[in-house]
Amino acid sequence: MTTHDHDPDQAARHDPVYDELHARPEFTELRRLYRGFVFPATVAFLSWYLLYVVMSNWAGDFMSKQVFGNINVALIFGLLQFVTTFLLAWLYSRYSTSKLDPLAKVIDDEYRATKAKGH
Amino acid sequence: MDHQVLTTVLFLAVVALTVGITFWASRQTSGTADFYAGGRSFSGIQNGLAIGGDYMSAASFLGISGAIALSGYDGFLYSIGFLVAWLVALLLVAEMLRNSGRYTMADQLAYRMRQRPVRMAAATSTVVVSIFYLLAQMVGAGALVTLLLDVDSQATKNLVIVAVGALMVFYVTVGGMKGTTWVQIVKAVLLMTGSALIVVLVLAKFDFNLSELLGTAADNSGAGQAFLEPGLKYGATLTSKIDFLSLGIALVLGTAGLPHILIRFYTVPTSRDARKSVLWAIGLIGVFYLFTLVLGFGAAALLDTSTLDAAGNLASPKLAEEVGGGAGSTGGAILLALIAAVAFATILAVVAGLVLTSSASVAHDIYNNVIKKGKATEQEEIRMTRFAAAGIGLVAILLAIPAQNLNIAFLVALAFAIAASANLPAIVYNMFWRRFNTRGATWSIYGGLGSALILVFFSPVVSGKGEDAAGKNLSLLPTSIDISWFPLENPGIISIPLGFLAGYLGTISSREPTAEERYTELEVRALSGAGAEQAITH
Repeated sequence: MTTHDHDPDQAARHDPVYDELHARPEFTELRRLYRGFVFPATVAFLSWYLLYVVMSNWAGDFMSKQVFGNINVALIFGLLQFVTTFLLAWLYSRYSTSKLDPLAKVIDDEYRATKAKGH
Repeated sequence: MDHQVLTTVLFLAVVALTVGITFWASRQTSGTADFYAGGRSFSGIQNGLAIGGDYMSAASFLGISGAIALSGYDGFLYSIGFLVAWLVALLLVAEMLRNSGRYTMADQLAYRMRQRPVRMAAATSTVVVSIFYLLAQMVGAGALVTLLLDVDSQATKNLVIVAVGALMVFYVTVGGMKGTTWVQIVKAVLLMTGSALIVVLVLAKFDFNLSELLGTAADNSGAGQAFLEPGLKYGATLTSKIDFLSLGIALVLGTAGLPHILIRFYTVPTSRDARKSVLWAIGLIGVFYLFTLVLGFGAAALLDTSTLDAAGNLASPKLAEEVGGGAGSTGGAILLALIAAVAFATILAVVAGLVLTSSASVAHDIYNNVIKKGKATEQEEIRMTRFAAAGIGLVAILLAIPAQNLNIAFLVALAFAIAASANLPAIVYNMFWRRFNTRGATWSIYGGLGSALILVFFSPVVSGKGEDAAGKNLSLLPTSIDISWFPLENPGIISIPLGFLAGYLGTISSREPTAEERYTELEVRALSGAGAEQAITH
């Protein structure tokens, strides 16, 4: 729980147990794996989305090409944004369940064990 | 049957259902964790549905399909931006916020910074964003009733706006987060079912051939193939193209800064559930935005769009009437009433979430932590939430009345731009930048908020746009007043970078060792959940 028994204008007091947890190799690994996934993924999906917006604006000829019937490149490009969003959400879910959650659990268990000992 | 009678009955049924849920929820609510966070006991699926119910607002159901019906492919950008934006929330915000906060957006900043300045800043932007969002919903409610009661009287519309305002204050003050969440879950189910039905009926008219639907829409629109291509609304000049880009950026970065979405992550027991709820929400919202494509182009294909209201906000209900058999038929009357009731439920669920979020922030952040220095009791804080809900409801009502000619999706996009400028920089810096501090947080929030508001105020939205062919004023102020100098309607492309820049400058121009030291704790807690708030069990 957060502590509220301190000068209300300062952030709550620092709990030293977090320094120990922060120094653990599992935590370093957790942070590395988390950032290693989300930073490149964010750059990728934002670029892909901006590409779509920019091409809608400045590549009208290409976007208006009809692929079959009245379905043109613009519509397919738009629908592909849906596909990539679903795909990335699914990949992240799989990744975090298999790679991140076990490491987070180690840290959380350690925290609970320390607290149970009465720190 | 007379469709007005049927409509009135269905509207009353929606109201009765939501009021019932609210009373039921109020009996299960005791302290602040219940009132603000539903006891943190909702499952991932429940919260996913509630997020969908909170997010798919009148802007999505009425606004986007109207924008597509009137301006064709350009309207589809809203659907795409509103969906892709969820990846920002999923990857960078949802889980870490769940682990590091309690009730409001400000908690996460106050975790390592000076309480009062950051809570004041975050509460201010929470209230401003929510009010913009709220007035869009109320414009939707006014438009719906005009259609249903066949009266174009300003007094009736205003009365409806006031009635919706009163209802939303009731939901929040009585039902708290539990009531609001269940209202949103029920609404999400109603909205998905109702729009799926219309989508199937529309597609059936074209033998489930999307190309044929698009072709008919293009022919019927009068614009031909250009209706299916980007640029019909935004492609005319360089300014309008930059406006389109600005809108696109605001949409994709706004979601993860919307306070009423952020506090939904506190209603689940763990960060794993927060992740699961975002995944459900993405699935639900994604499917719904695919529906908007059919609804919008369907309206363009089957309706005479020149008879729609200026902003197209009524395209979906009119389309329902058409596929039910047309105006005057029983089937048409039933479907129109049904879809209008769904739209009404949509609006009620969203406004409840918005009022809860903003009044909770006033009570928890400003009243308890800034004024009372954290010493208010839970009962005092909840009582203050109720007062704040009434005040915010009143402001939204007063602002909604002059805004009725604006497209709802467009209005909501302004709320997105403000959220992305004021809130997202602070949230992202706080999670990923150890050096970030109180001055950086306040500068980024006030800088982003102020620049977005100033740019909107001097934009064509407020003044200087003139009249349309039918003589309707396109700006908020009377046509005789023109104070506009900023050419873009959406400020995101300028104000979002300004928010990030202000946060950067504020941070590097000051040092705050406690904030840097406490980052260690924030980081461990955010990533692992060690020490995060637990669900309460009754």
